[in-house]
Amino acid sequence: MEKTSKTAKFYLALVFIVLYTPILYLIFYSFNSGGSMNGFESFTWEHYAAVFSDTRLIMILLNTVIVALLSALIATIIGIFGSIGIVFMRNKSLRKSILSLNNVLIVSPDVVIGASFLILFTAIGVKLGFASVLISHIAFSIPIVVLMVLPKLQEMNSTLIDAAADLGATKRDILTRVIIPFIKPGIFAGFFMALTYSLDDFAVTFFVTGNGFSTLSVEIYSMARTGITLTINALSGIVFIVTLLLVVGYYFVSQRGKNPVGMGVRK
Amino acid sequence: MQTKTTKTFYLIPYYVWIVLFVVAPIALIAYYSFFDLSGNFTLDNYLNFFTSVYLKLTLSSFWYAFLITFFTLVIAYPTAYLLTKTRHKQLWLLLIIIPSWINLLLKTYAFIGIFGLYGPVNAFLNVFGFGETQILFTDFSFVFVAVYIFIPFMILPIFNSLDKLNPSLIDASRDLGASSWTTFSKVILPLTINGVKAGIQAVFIPSLSLFMITRLIAGNKVITLGTAIEQQFLVTQNWGMGSTIAVFLIIFMVIIMIITGQRDKGANSNGKNK
Repeated sequence: MEKTSKTAKFYLALVFIVLYTPILYLIFYSFNSGGSMNGFESFTWEHYAAVFSDTRLIMILLNTVIVALLSALIATIIGIFGSIGIVFMRNKSLRKSILSLNNVLIVSPDVVIGASFLILFTAIGVKLGFASVLISHIAFSIPIVVLMVLPKLQEMNSTLIDAAADLGATKRDILTRVIIPFIKPGIFAGFFMALTYSLDDFAVTFFVTGNGFSTLSVEIYSMARTGITLTINALSGIVFIVTLLLVVGYYFVSQRGKNPVGMGVRK
Repeated sequence: MQTKTTKTFYLIPYYVWIVLFVVAPIALIAYYSFFDLSGNFTLDNYLNFFTSVYLKLTLSSFWYAFLITFFTLVIAYPTAYLLTKTRHKQLWLLLIIIPSWINLLLKTYAFIGIFGLYGPVNAFLNVFGFGETQILFTDFSFVFVAVYIFIPFMILPIFNSLDKLNPSLIDASRDLGASSWTTFSKVILPLTINGVKAGIQAVFIPSLSLFMITRLIAGNKVITLGTAIEQQFLVTQNWGMGSTIAVFLIIFMVIIMIITGQRDKGANSNGKNK
């Protein structure tokens, strides 16, 4: 037993090392005053300064964050109503087919999503740029929100709604004071997932972005194709910190949401 | 309790989304696959797909996807298993997931440095007397980076199904005299096969369509279905041919989904009585 647990620990440690090495490697060299990712010369902040003095890069960062926040917000709202609609659907086969349609965009390869959206936007005449990127991000985030919210809705006891109705609550009251509070953890999870999907997306954006508009992923791709620039390393340092903050925030939100599970009682 | 009109009103944006962004794009892809470069109706794209060039490409794409999925599974299953045995398993799982939230491009970019001619891997190999070897722009680097990126996506579903597994089943199997291997192959694996299937689904389909890793890491040496689609759409502007490849990619995807589909709904509880 002692021996297996040692190999187990070693194996797990190895996986963690492999998973984190590339990220730490990137961040480590973001402080390198030499121009490359090998041979650390001396410590410098110059690459971070380069990021913050590059207005184009800052604009792209802002664009990325704005697209992520807006698309996650809109997708969450549409997704909530969609999942409420699905849950209250009486017709079982209709519900099943809606659910499979919902999952199409989750399982589709992102190249196919990107290519088909490109055709769609060209066909209906949406100019490629901010609008097309935002709409695409909303579109591929909606099913994720639905998948996060739906289990919470199914968990909810329908007698809760009956009770609220019996006690004289209006439909609006039922929605805002019974349903939404109950499914809140699912909503948060959906919003965060949508946010990360949007921030992480490359392929779809790459297809539907025009010449004038760019997000971080697309910009890194074009920078990386020309070779190594330590500005990218500095960017990854910033992205890593932001991601960590997001994850910690998400962790606390989801931990807090765990307590009332299954009871129908909210603190 | 709710009238018909309010219900449909709720659903309008969602239905619009389904029609506009789920049904219409697939229909458009299928439609465009019947047109050539100058906009004439043709079946040539489909005939083209069955020429040796595209068949070879499809085969190699499947081969790489298979390799990537295989190695990911081999690494991820023990990891997921050991994770369920740790004391703060949710925290450790979170630490596994964090790298998957770092931008994909950044992780790929890191390997350009790591595998580079003067990078740490080459420096390490030098210690053992190997000369500087070109690791970047090879099949190996492509598969390695892809496996690296997909590992968390494989661990997550397997972890979830292992976590749901009732530990008393393993105890029972041990008590009845089964060896560790028998316990694994007859009890643990069958009860967690849905997690494995979900993981395979989450890795195999994206592996078929990877195009950014091939461009950055494999330097155009590896061409997958995804690379071909990107090439047709954005470089040669031949949307017809690109759509045709996409149609086949969708067909492959559906086949994979059917194979790895969760057939037995009763097994979802994984032996744990609710």
